[in-house]
Amino acid sequence: MASTEAMPARFAPGDKVAVKAAFPIGHVRTPYYIRGKHGVIERFCGTYGNPEELAYARPGLPRQPLYRVRFRQAEVWPGYHGNAADTVDIEIYQHWLEPA
Amino acid sequence: MGGLPAGPVEATEHDYALWEKRVDALLVLLSKKGHITVDELRRNIEGLGAEAYEKMSYYERWIYAITQTLIQRGVISIDELGSRMAQVQQSDGKH
Amino acid sequence: MAHDHDHHDHSHDHPHGEAGAKPHRHPIRADQDDTITSWRAMEIAVRGLLIDKGILSADEVRRQVEDMDNRTPLQGARVVARAWVDPAYRELLLRDGNGACEAIGLDRGPYKLVVVENTDQVHNIVVCTLCSCYPRWLLGLPPDWYKSRNYRSRAIRQPREVLREFGTVVPDDLVVRVHDSTADMRYLVLPKRPAGTDGWSEEKLATLVSRDAMIGVAFAQQP
Repeated sequence: MASTEAMPARFAPGDKVAVKAAFPIGHVRTPYYIRGKHGVIERFCGTYGNPEELAYARPGLPRQPLYRVRFRQAEVWPGYHGNAADTVDIEIYQHWLEPA
Repeated sequence: MGGLPAGPVEATEHDYALWEKRVDALLVLLSKKGHITVDELRRNIEGLGAEAYEKMSYYERWIYAITQTLIQRGVISIDELGSRMAQVQQSDGKH
Repeated sequence: MAHDHDHHDHSHDHPHGEAGAKPHRHPIRADQDDTITSWRAMEIAVRGLLIDKGILSADEVRRQVEDMDNRTPLQGARVVARAWVDPAYRELLLRDGNGACEAIGLDRGPYKLVVVENTDQVHNIVVCTLCSCYPRWLLGLPPDWYKSRNYRSRAIRQPREVLREFGTVVPDDLVVRVHDSTADMRYLVLPKRPAGTDGWSEEKLATLVSRDAMIGVAFAQQP
């Protein structure tokens, strides 16, 4: 089964996205704390080999678009103390994102 | 690890020991030469499990993970690793 | 979930990550004694095997160790100081961090460098919760605390408290942005230029820029 070499970028800055609430095993670069949360695309970072595949010495295909996604801290952490506008910006691979 | 309960940040530092710098150098050189990726390094560190992770120092985890990767990729065999380590420990690390 | 953090004093006789300073010498870790641990034996064994197999040479290892030793926060401080004096460079730095490094003769580095700017409205702080990603080619090896469980767990969730533990008080009306370096980017904070530095040379300005300010746990030093 041939993989495409690279997935096309489907999101643009400003798009609202949700991080998949999935909890597989394996080498995943999407932190637990952000799964299921909603944020906004801050920028497109480029397309890179998939670390979940590279971690097993495989070619990392298909390459995945990577985005910086901005989340409001108050929405990520219950009882967050700080400015309501405080954010956490995280790099997330496209296959972990869905439109929101 | 983000968001888990933890204590105050102790702004500790230490001068890296030579062996630690060599471990770091191994990772850089091996990845430049295509014998390891940081992803394999990380995945092998993650595979340590919480208890071993906490007991080991940063570069102990790295040398463990680098060595695991080399074994996984067939660059070194367990047998030659074991023999060489035994030699090293018998000569008390004079290398 | 309550966290009890006693406000424990982190001051030492000498401040860490001080601007313009050479790395402070601290006691070398206790492993430099007679008995060799199995991990150190493994390092020696693996290095020896790789050299025997012709995969690397002893010389390459030595040169790589030296190369890393030569990389210090003084490099990052030059980038910051240039951005402070030259608006066009600042713009380049924010748009293309790697290109900006290269433009002043520094290594552009293997990862994409994202530079985030502290302003009167925003304070930035960088962490890698998953491991310890850090712009090493620019700043050298990271401090232990950056790689520590405590920093990685709390900087993301309680950035203002962590900042206070470093002695950095960010006003409530400023927005704090935490950057979690989870993938292929590496981050550098461009600290605010301190007041009272008009007309200073780049070289002099660079002395105000500490490693900690470029991670975002400190402000640039006051003159």
